[in-house]
Amino acid sequence: MIISQKKPFEEILEDLEGDTKIVIIGCGECATATRTGGEPEVAEMKAQLEEEGKEVVFTDVVHTGCHELDVKRVLRQNKQVVAEADAFLVLSCGAGTQACRAATDKHVVPGCDPLFLGNIQRSMDFLEKCSHCGACVIDDYGAICPITRCAKGLVNGPCGGTNHGMCEVDPEMPCAWTLIHEQLKKEGREDKRTKLHEPKDWNVVRRPAAIVERGPGKLKMGSEE
Amino acid sequence: MGTYRDACNAGNFVVSGEIGPPKGTNVTNMLHHIDLLKDLVDGLNVTDNQSAVMRLGSLAVSGEIVRRGGDPIFQATCRDRNRLGLQSDLLSAAFLGITNVLCLTGDHPSVGDHKQAKSVFDFDSVHLIQCCKKMNEGHDWEGNELDGATDFYVGAVVTPEADPLEPQMYKFARKVEAGADFFQTQAVYDMDNFQRFMEQAREITTGTEVKIMAGLVVLTGVGMAKYMNRAVPGIFVPDALLDELGAVAKEDQMKKGMEIAARHIRFLRDNEVCDGVHVMAIGKEEIVPEILQMANAPA
Repeated sequence: MIISQKKPFEEILEDLEGDTKIVIIGCGECATATRTGGEPEVAEMKAQLEEEGKEVVFTDVVHTGCHELDVKRVLRQNKQVVAEADAFLVLSCGAGTQACRAATDKHVVPGCDPLFLGNIQRSMDFLEKCSHCGACVIDDYGAICPITRCAKGLVNGPCGGTNHGMCEVDPEMPCAWTLIHEQLKKEGREDKRTKLHEPKDWNVVRRPAAIVERGPGKLKMGSEE
Repeated sequence: MGTYRDACNAGNFVVSGEIGPPKGTNVTNMLHHIDLLKDLVDGLNVTDNQSAVMRLGSLAVSGEIVRRGGDPIFQATCRDRNRLGLQSDLLSAAFLGITNVLCLTGDHPSVGDHKQAKSVFDFDSVHLIQCCKKMNEGHDWEGNELDGATDFYVGAVVTPEADPLEPQMYKFARKVEAGADFFQTQAVYDMDNFQRFMEQAREITTGTEVKIMAGLVVLTGVGMAKYMNRAVPGIFVPDALLDELGAVAKEDQMKKGMEIAARHIRFLRDNEVCDGVHVMAIGKEEIVPEILQMANAPA
């Protein structure tokens, strides 16, 4: 799930300066679960903008905000009202905002700050455990990702900043390397702790990444289309 | 004096000091510290944007120490440079006549003075050690041939008071495996704990020539000692030392801290606990000669 948070309203207003007629697009997936771009947030944003004298001409919570065909379909189905709009405010992650970008040539404004790919621990309690590094190595680490969960992404063990099992960078966060060692012990796979790991191959996640052919694992450099 | 490597290879009890480059172009004080220490110690560490605070560079200052006839230990962290930058700086170091490299992870930018900086950590400290070794063999990281190999004496660090210690010891073993020639430890104050650490460390280094130097940060007062306990992970100042410092007037506490450091040097040397010490006075390098003198005087 893509975890996002609402941008400060003042920032949104600043971005919308000079735009009167506004379309608000939400997302029925991640932004709904994170309560940043679901039905209630879209309604709240509409009310707030109207209070500021904006005219909200259309709102919709697209089923999947990053599905470009989905967004295009919604805008096409409502093209008369959408045609009046000066700007599109998108309450979702940056992928959703750019799906809207692909669907209109008008001013598109992000309403949320995308934060991370998060696991849902319970409602509104999210933790980053994977960072899409391109080649999953976590079998060597008791299925606990050091690339993501160590603040420095270290692959051969902890730095000197382990603080009573917690991370120096964020004292609320456990040191990934304490977790990894404990987990490997639980599994009886202590031998994994003696393996010397190569640095990550960052060439496999050159940006922007695209899978341009249907088929497994075909990562290529490419444009949006 | 000979080189740091020679002193290590000769089996001497080696002593190194540390130079913290300034934040700015005023190098007067730093050059004074270099000149004061360069002939008293076997090697002089030069910190690399220590604590993630932007400063004059370790590479340039290490080069200056060479020019002045000292033997620098070039600290290189993985925080600010990717594998291209690190290797290029290693070649630059060789060009400047620098032979000792201390490979560190580096503090996270969030603890420093440029908190918004993107951290790199492309290599970790283990990779940096491996990389120095490859370059010594005439190849870059990717195996491309170098037109002229390096000849580095490669160091690394370890935190004997890490909590938990076990993952730290596994990483220590990886650094030994990667080919580290010497280690300087994070500051240690509890000599019993340190002896226990050394027993474990010696098991890991059995069959190698690896040298281990105890890190000693001079305590300058009770306040500083308590701060270290509270704020610096992997540092433990035992109550007995806090009491010892607290038993004297505030203006005498630094002197007491110097005595403690000298006592620890003597203890480690006379009992052959480790192969040397790395003495850090963090900006107060002018007190180091006196500490060394006190350590050399009969107890």
